[in-house]
Amino acid sequence: MATHPTTAAPGADRAPHGRRVIVAWLVLSIVATPLVAIFLGPILPPGNASVQGSGQVVDNTVLTATITPVFCLLLVFFVYVLTRFRAAPATALEDGPPLRNHNGIQVTWIVVTTVVVLSLAGFGTFELLQNGSGGGQGPSPVAVPAGADHMMQVQVIGQQWNWTYRYPGYGGIETQDLYLPENTYVVLNVTSLDVIHSFWAYALGVKADANPGVDNVAYLKTKGPRSFEIRCAELCGLWHGYMYQTGHIVPQSQFAAWIKQQQTLNASIARYMPKYSRSYYPDPQRRGG
Amino acid sequence: MRFGVKLLLIASAVVAGGVLIGFYVANLTTLQGSASYTIPVQQASGKPVVNLKIETVAAVGPQLSPNPDWVSYLIQNQKGAWIRRTVWKLPANATVHVTVYNFDGASGLRNPYLARPQGVDGNQVTIDGKPATGIDPNDASHTFAVPAYHLIVALPGVADNAKNQCGYAPCSLKLAHRTIQFTFHTGAPGHYRWQCFVPCAAGWIDGFGGPMQTIGYMDGFLDVS
Ligand SMILES: [Cu+2]
Ligand SMILES: [Cu+2]
Repeated sequence: MATHPTTAAPGADRAPHGRRVIVAWLVLSIVATPLVAIFLGPILPPGNASVQGSGQVVDNTVLTATITPVFCLLLVFFVYVLTRFRAAPATALEDGPPLRNHNGIQVTWIVVTTVVVLSLAGFGTFELLQNGSGGGQGPSPVAVPAGADHMMQVQVIGQQWNWTYRYPGYGGIETQDLYLPENTYVVLNVTSLDVIHSFWAYALGVKADANPGVDNVAYLKTKGPRSFEIRCAELCGLWHGYMYQTGHIVPQSQFAAWIKQQQTLNASIARYMPKYSRSYYPDPQRRGG
Repeated sequence: MRFGVKLLLIASAVVAGGVLIGFYVANLTTLQGSASYTIPVQQASGKPVVNLKIETVAAVGPQLSPNPDWVSYLIQNQKGAWIRRTVWKLPANATVHVTVYNFDGASGLRNPYLARPQGVDGNQVTIDGKPATGIDPNDASHTFAVPAYHLIVALPGVADNAKNQCGYAPCSLKLAHRTIQFTFHTGAPGHYRWQCFVPCAAGWIDGFGGPMQTIGYMDGFLDVS
């Protein structure tokens, strides 16, 4: 059935294409992978404000370094094929030799891709289960770091359109700003008073949905003093785009002074504050609804 | 097709696409936003001082809005008339003395913490002539808040059984109202949103829709320059 071109017998091209591609790929991968890991890795998201944030940087570095050889293979293959097998202008179109089954290539391909995907899945799961990796784990967290009972608690409250914070360990006072002491394990209890928001402290590696009536728990350990951005990552109405703040990680002494000042300021409202709770059900509005 | 013709066609298509995108962007940037109101500025020892007179009304009325039943903020212009403008042009680094006349009843704060005045001089306000560092969150009718300034002032509402309540705005000061006064300072130039934190939109689910989500009623900007 197949008509072979008459000009050349099939398989006449005996150049070692496969070996050339593999050698070029190996050389490129050996050079590129360490470069990617060493130079690109540290600037990958999300940043190093917390142990969890740094953990995510490491995870992203591992993922990027792992896919570098895959990317190199595709690159070498395409460049080689496009240059080596490019038809000269004005040659008659002719069919190449037929593709035949090659067990070795197929088995290698399936084994290699399976191993890569499963190891990355295993690595990701291991990383996630250590401490939740900064993600909101819902009201009954599974990945609980050691010593969670003694961690500093901060409740994050979303409302159209701002975040406020309650510190149950300091008399349940509420603040407009998020201050955290340095090198401290913190448990965030994220909730909302109205619609769904999402607390996203990018450099901390923390992202947790703020659902009304739900206590969404996320763990993080702060590193050295710095500021970080806080955004709402769930479209929540008119001022969603303005629902951002700057949070602060400060030295222990500065935190102590700040929280004391907040306690003094909150005195005038203390008797009206609801008892600290994992979530709140504001009274039905008299006029709304 | 000859190479030159092909190139010409592609070039024309790219140029046409670019022109269309240009028109689109130009249209976006020149779109009429919410109309702003420039607040007259005075000087006190070389520093800009602004007197801001605003009122909050339960129903804005047919004279001022196509949505007469919507709750709204209004601002008093130089002629003493109440106009529905919530984008205000203010000078940078100015002292702003605010007087709010609230003609609306209480509907309560969702977050009681916002009942404490913050971001204003002395962290206190004057309510009907008396200084206050907080109100009962259930008495709140609206808030005036500029989150970027950490400014929050909850406005107490008119008692439910008060006589002479205002129906439709503009409301005369002879009608039942509360007077709230405070002072804050504008900082660097910028575009700062202000909003109400009381879900006060009557007739919408949990009070969240309509005037709460529309600039010109319970939301606006401080255009500081
Ligand atoms: Cu939000
Ligand atoms: Cu309001």
